[in-house]
Amino acid sequence: MALKGNLRDFTTTQLFNLIHLAKKTGTLTVTGGQTAHIIFRSGKLVYAETSVQHGRLTQILLSAGKLTSDQSRLIDEKLKGRTDKQLGHRLIQAKLVTQNDIIQSIRQHMLDIVYKLFTWVEGSFQFDNSLQSAETKIMIPIDLEVVIMEGSRRLQESELLMEELPNLEASLRFVDRPDARLRNINLTVEEWRIISYVNPKNTIKKIAEANKLSDFQVRRTVYGMLQAGIVELIPPVGGANGEKPKENIPTQRRIQPPKQSTQERRGVVNRLIDRIRKL
Amino acid sequence: MVITGPFSAGKTSFIGSVSEIDVVRTERRITNAAERVKETTTVAMDFGRITVDDDLVLYLFGTPGQRRFDFMWEILSEGMLGFVVLVDSTKPETFREAKRILETFQSYASTPFVVAANKQDHEDAWSPDDLRIILRLDPAVKILPCVSLQKDSVKNVLLELLYSILEHLDKEEA
Repeated sequence: MALKGNLRDFTTTQLFNLIHLAKKTGTLTVTGGQTAHIIFRSGKLVYAETSVQHGRLTQILLSAGKLTSDQSRLIDEKLKGRTDKQLGHRLIQAKLVTQNDIIQSIRQHMLDIVYKLFTWVEGSFQFDNSLQSAETKIMIPIDLEVVIMEGSRRLQESELLMEELPNLEASLRFVDRPDARLRNINLTVEEWRIISYVNPKNTIKKIAEANKLSDFQVRRTVYGMLQAGIVELIPPVGGANGEKPKENIPTQRRIQPPKQSTQERRGVVNRLIDRIRKL
Repeated sequence: MVITGPFSAGKTSFIGSVSEIDVVRTERRITNAAERVKETTTVAMDFGRITVDDDLVLYLFGTPGQRRFDFMWEILSEGMLGFVVLVDSTKPETFREAKRILETFQSYASTPFVVAANKQDHEDAWSPDDLRIILRLDPAVKILPCVSLQKDSVKNVLLELLYSILEHLDKEEA
């Protein structure tokens, strides 16, 4: 018999605890703003996808940076109709990826979805004992205990970050008057990537898209940089809930220099020369 | 402007000599095992700034020297006015790396650049002329003596780069 309910009465944490303790096998379908399908085997998480983050292997490998968009498109065209398991074998044979690449990418994909699920507060769920897509998808078993602990921690952190950084349509700029806090700061690779996009024209949302970061990841990273005093927030046009800035970076494109005429550029260079001479 | 060069070429002190803000220090000395672990996951940035007036600010970005941060070079190279390749003239073992970095940056954009032969105040420093030969630099490429700890020396390098940018603009227009 299917287990049905509502997330308002029964949270994701409670649901996962139940599945873990009862060592359940089956598919959990949660319908909120989108629909998530999470598969469990003997109380372990083995597969996850949502209506937005599909579980197609090529897409997962593309998101993980293991395939280029051209490779992903070509593989989808040439190997249309193959299951993910078949596709995985072919990609390993062709030495395009390793088995470990596939495992780690799917694992990360599943965790991204599941951790997001912890933040859902509205929606209905249904758990039934069937294993949907089990024959075709690649299943990676992950202990639920760890997922529940990390999910709960992220939920708390996410609530804090949402309070501190509610609107991802805001932009960033380098602090005009950085003080002594700017000493001896080490940046992670993620922070470096974000730094390269800091520009009042780029919303945080766009920066996240260009770097393939989730809302949670970009919030956490930007929050850290704000606390370090490296950057500061520029509220979106129209206030905290206002409209988006008109100019946004296209996804996958780096920040482009403003288009200036040669005359204007020469003027800028001459001003720089004057300034540096006076240093 | 991007200041690039091999690990420990003097990028931090170069930027620090002219920046109006405290430059965030890079290539921190590793003193214990815990920090060594940390260094595998983080990298500091060299970031300096010179304000011209209310609407013009020159940012100086020092690239991470380690190869694992190569991806930053491409990111930084887009939108840059020009770049300086800093070479430690006392470390011949880094010349090949300097050449590789120079060629990589050139492949990203046809932006003007100069080569700064740093640590010219050291006894065993290679002269700029010798460096030109060893780096196989085109005669048109400026290679300038530099002591990155001295403000005037750094100013000279930046000014020469700006003059090269002006020449480049003239050629573009012609």
